[in-house]
Amino acid sequence: MESPTPSPTSSHQSPLARRVRRWPDQLFFAIILAFAILVVAVAFAIVGILAYNSQQSFRVFGWQFFISSNWSPNGQVFGALPFIVGTLLTSAIALLIAVPLSLGTAIFITTQAPRILRTPLGTAVELLAAVPSVIYGFWGVYVVHPFMRATVEPVLHEYLGFTGLFGPPGGSGDVLTASVILAVMIVPTISAVSRDTMAAVPAAQTEAALSLGATDWETTRVATIPFARSGIIGGIILGLGRAIGETMAVTMTIGNVDRVPDSLLGPGQTIASLIANELLSNTGPLQISAILECGLVLLLISLMVNVVARLLVWRATRGVGGRVV
Amino acid sequence: MAGDAGRGGSSRVKFDRFARRKLVNRIITVLAGLAVIAALYPLVDLVYTALVQGGGVLFQLTFLTARNPTPCSVVSCATVGIGPTIEGSAILVGLASLISVPVGVLAAIFASEYRTRGIGRVVSFTADVLSGVPSILMGAFVYGYLVLEYPNLVESVISGSLALAAIMIPIITRTTEEALRTVPDATREAAIALGIAKWKMSLRIVLISALPGVVTGVLLAVMRAAGEAAPLILLTGFSTNWYTRPDLPVGSLPVLIYTYALQPYSNWHAVAWGATLFLLIAILVVNVLSRYTIQRMVTKMSGGS
Repeated sequence: MESPTPSPTSSHQSPLARRVRRWPDQLFFAIILAFAILVVAVAFAIVGILAYNSQQSFRVFGWQFFISSNWSPNGQVFGALPFIVGTLLTSAIALLIAVPLSLGTAIFITTQAPRILRTPLGTAVELLAAVPSVIYGFWGVYVVHPFMRATVEPVLHEYLGFTGLFGPPGGSGDVLTASVILAVMIVPTISAVSRDTMAAVPAAQTEAALSLGATDWETTRVATIPFARSGIIGGIILGLGRAIGETMAVTMTIGNVDRVPDSLLGPGQTIASLIANELLSNTGPLQISAILECGLVLLLISLMVNVVARLLVWRATRGVGGRVV
Repeated sequence: MAGDAGRGGSSRVKFDRFARRKLVNRIITVLAGLAVIAALYPLVDLVYTALVQGGGVLFQLTFLTARNPTPCSVVSCATVGIGPTIEGSAILVGLASLISVPVGVLAAIFASEYRTRGIGRVVSFTADVLSGVPSILMGAFVYGYLVLEYPNLVESVISGSLALAAIMIPIITRTTEEALRTVPDATREAAIALGIAKWKMSLRIVLISALPGVVTGVLLAVMRAAGEAAPLILLTGFSTNWYTRPDLPVGSLPVLIYTYALQPYSNWHAVAWGATLFLLIAILVVNVLSRYTIQRMVTKMSGGS
């Protein structure tokens, strides 16, 4: 160890001293480099291990796996279509509900709310993101699902049943209930990112609009939103990523039936809920392999979604400091 | 309107357009306000339901320490407690922290202090993307690995804490990196000018200055892991026994909520609500406190420079 005060001999030994002092730095660099590589390695290990375990299923079912809707553990025949459809359907409906709510929330908090309310409202919305998924699921089972079954779903079935989307309500859970809960869960993600990028819009931009006589909303429309657009889209895609992989709340409310849902008011299954329900109660190695192949599909979708979203958000908030959502 | 009749036609059109613009502005304000109410209503309803259903159970003194109850559907039957479950959660999250805090913090030092090298940016981007990987896949990943290598470790404390660590590492890496970046470069330059070694500067000056932010990030990651059920239902099983060995199943709060919520026993529902309320209170308190810390730190940093 070097001493904090230079010893009297240090001046004429300086080249040697410098060489002696270098190795702790190199060691430190090697150690933290190893941990940094470990973080990157985890990412590759996830892809690698899921791909490795999918081999058996892929060898048996090939590409047919992704377009077959027949999932029958008894016959050892597996097709992933019901879960791919279930995942995309619930996420899409959740986005339809969550995007207007999130943008409204972001606009209200950044541009319209009294200054004193902004921080508490923002904190409250972000607390929604801190509530564990399983608690949303429990709440969904005891509050949301009975409410949807008793009031919303009969009305939808009666007046919009002719569209074919809203068949008779049934099952121990349904696609619409799961989607509504998903929407609640992704609102904080979308609105937090939107707020950050809207707050990053230069004041000169909004002041210019205001000085031309624009109202608050017109300022938001012509100055704030166009400037923050890529960040807002990034936030929406980030919310989509969260909805796609959400597990517990969906598992507890979607009804868990392994077929393509025939109506939004009937039961279904997503890839995440499939893994949660059937990985342990599998009927053998082929089913494990098929489930993990579905997991690989989910991973690839969510990686793509996340990479796109991060790039958009990074571009929009560059230089303003990021946020971990 | 009648008062405008004497004015010229063009100014009247202008007035109407202005009134319309103000009206649109007002409508948007109302709609946006309604969106805030709609977004926050679930939080209020959820906390209210948990208080009503779980309050009576949680505030019995023995609830946090006693053994879990056996299933029973009569009104009078005991709700007893969640002692082993809390112990199980603490052990799982504690082990996961032992793994993920060093990995996350050191990787973040690399990403922040060596960010001129391309790989530093690769690390923070990877951590960003990893934090978006669904937690169930972290469970499936550990499951897929353990089934291949050590089949007797499936349903154990070890596999559960590995999955939780995989969830915590990217969160800790990103929050620590952000905290390290709030340390002004002038501090680093001053340290280098005084001839300090880079490793000492990173650990004893930069990391210490950013410590409140780092601790906050770790706490947020811990609370996130404490609420995770998805990987644990694949990896730890569920048990109502006190902890004995790391290769056996273990109970945890989120898995208890999931398990008890879907069973038809009224006392299990009560216990699940009590556990929900306990978890909610812990998570909300830590979140509000850590937000307060971050804010104070940001104000201090910006005030100092």
